Amino acid sequence: MYMPDPGFVRGTLLRRGQLARRGAALLVAGLVAVALGLSGVLVAVVNPVLIIGGLVAVYAGVDRLVWAARRRRLDLLLGLASAWLVLLVGAAILAPVLPLGEHEDVAATITDPIFLEPFTYGDHPLGTNGAGLDMLARVIYGARASLTIAVMAVTIGLVVGSAIGIIAGFYRRKVDTVIGIFTNALLAVPPLILLIVLATVLDPKVRNMAIALSLLTIPTMVRLARANTIAYSQREFVLAARALGATKGRIMVRELLPNVLPPMLSMAVVVMSALIVAEASLSFLGLGIQPPSPTWGNMILEAEANDTMTEHPFILLVPGTVLFLTVYSVNLLGERAQQRWDPRGAKL
Amino acid sequence: MSTEVASTTQAPPVLEVVDLETRFHTARGVVRAVDGVSLSLRAGETLGLVGESGSGKSVLGRTLMGLIATGGTTEVSGTVRIAGQAVHELSGRQRRKLWGPKIAMVFQDPMTSLNPVRPIGVHLTDPLRLHLGLSRRAAKERAVELLDRVGIPDPRRRLEQYPHELSGGMRQRVMIAVALSCDPEILIADEPTTALDVTVQKQILDLLGSLARERQMATVLISHDLGAVEGRTDRVVVMYAGRAVETAPTTELFAAPHHPYAEALIGSVPALDAPPHTVLRAIDGTPPDMANPPVGCRYAPRCNRAQDLCRDQMPLLLDTSPGRSVACHFPVSVALPDVPEVPDGANEKETV
Repeated sequence: MYMPDPGFVRGTLLRRGQLARRGAALLVAGLVAVALGLSGVLVAVVNPVLIIGGLVAVYAGVDRLVWAARRRRLDLLLGLASAWLVLLVGAAILAPVLPLGEHEDVAATITDPIFLEPFTYGDHPLGTNGAGLDMLARVIYGARASLTIAVMAVTIGLVVGSAIGIIAGFYRRKVDTVIGIFTNALLAVPPLILLIVLATVLDPKVRNMAIALSLLTIPTMVRLARANTIAYSQREFVLAARALGATKGRIMVRELLPNVLPPMLSMAVVVMSALIVAEASLSFLGLGIQPPSPTWGNMILEAEANDTMTEHPFILLVPGTVLFLTVYSVNLLGERAQQRWDPRGAKL
Repeated sequence: MSTEVASTTQAPPVLEVVDLETRFHTARGVVRAVDGVSLSLRAGETLGLVGESGSGKSVLGRTLMGLIATGGTTEVSGTVRIAGQAVHELSGRQRRKLWGPKIAMVFQDPMTSLNPVRPIGVHLTDPLRLHLGLSRRAAKERAVELLDRVGIPDPRRRLEQYPHELSGGMRQRVMIAVALSCDPEILIADEPTTALDVTVQKQILDLLGSLARERQMATVLISHDLGAVEGRTDRVVVMYAGRAVETAPTTELFAAPHHPYAEALIGSVPALDAPPHTVLRAIDGTPPDMANPPVGCRYAPRCNRAQDLCRDQMPLLLDTSPGRSVACHFPVSVALPDVPEVPDGANEKETV
């Protein structure tokens, strides 16, 4: 895996000392920014920006220091991304037992303050929304819905797509033609319109949302599986397996599937981050899971009402940031996994 | 080796091929890749199949197994009997039962004939469990034995390794172990050493020879390398343009080839004791276009003994002496009574 030396600045390599000094400066500046943001001295909008910018600076600083000291790139980004996903998934799974505020029962929060600013060190670390519901709880319960839908949709797409794709690529001829017509037809339908149609027909439940979104992933998966199957079917090891009496089913499952799967898994991760966004878009259009049950999409939608976005920007920023960090982390993880485990690069 | 042939002459042949034809229907017309080949092979016997690229050796090998069968654009006629069963009349299921326990194949390129994402062990245990019904553990033990037998050091550790972790020679040893896993009666080695370097070639051929001897296994060694065939086979079939042009016991063929093509092939092998800068002898021209073969003898356009008769009439494969046959109107160093004398001038235009 190629990663540029962080000491390269405009084409020239910094000396070790210079690099270390720059790294230290960035680290200090980052820490100060984060501290300022957390202390909440400044206006609400500036705080999260300061924290994020500070974290980026801290990362860049540590990266440069590590490089200066050991000439090895610190994959802090990967570490942060994994940590974020572990934290998020863990919180989502444990949500019912965590000491969180109320996430959907509006009647229970009748006495709670509404539009409470985040980081006020009270009962509501991320503030409350217009109905007094706890934002942290809503983000975590929203993760349950959003992540479940995305994971289910990707899994359905992966299983169905690889099965259909391998069959099409292995048998070719008529089977391939028929499957090709269906996948192309599915690809030709504009995705958002397809989703809107499905959302109006189906009940907005987690299961139905997953099925609807998986329809978007299947054609891509089929194509990827089919293309790889065709390439691998020509290889001599398939003939060798046949010459030892392997049936077609055995060849598809035991010989071709293990070759076709790795690139599909890398693809699945990328598709998953797209699906998280797609699910949020649907919820934003009011076609997904219905409020007050939270998803990230309908949390963003809340900001649209009246002047909420201008008066209480955190209503938009909290779910938006979480969504952004999650998609970014998933993408990063997918990319690194591909570089590391895709066997095609390692072979011969 | 010839003594072994004599001792097994009485046994019924394990492989019998009669008038086998393989035709491919292509956009350019019908390609007769194998055009009327007959041969038979007894247990313990080794048959060499030689000829240049495109002469139909590999297609013949695959048709023998039934890997190439009638269907789609392919048409196979004639009979192949493996252990008494006519391969091309069996159903797919019955044919698959032959592959492994009765007949197996070693492929040309060990780089591509092992599945890159499956460990060595799985390649070996799969056929064992499928054909012999061994348990996972028994199959693993047998796989270790097999790897040990083909000369792979530390076999237990190799089971977990992936093909790319092994060298070319090691991989071909694995392929041989895989082919031998179900103890086949017939082994078809389709240019098993083409992808390997010279020192490894000898090891692999020696290994195949010793395994065939100890298991009394009939072997078909397909090769374009005459050096590989000489001394390692009992009999040789020389193929040209889909047809067998000469069949002979190996020693006799190399001592006195009858077909001009066989003679030219043997003549083009560089001699170790030749002085430096000796010009290598080659056969002029290229093999015929198989979609549109010439009338008469297919070798006639390249043959320095060709006469008008050769361009009109296809010579048939006729016996010249017991165990030897040749398809030529004017064979080298045989005086057939009913064939006119070869004019002296014909031999002078030797090709370089």
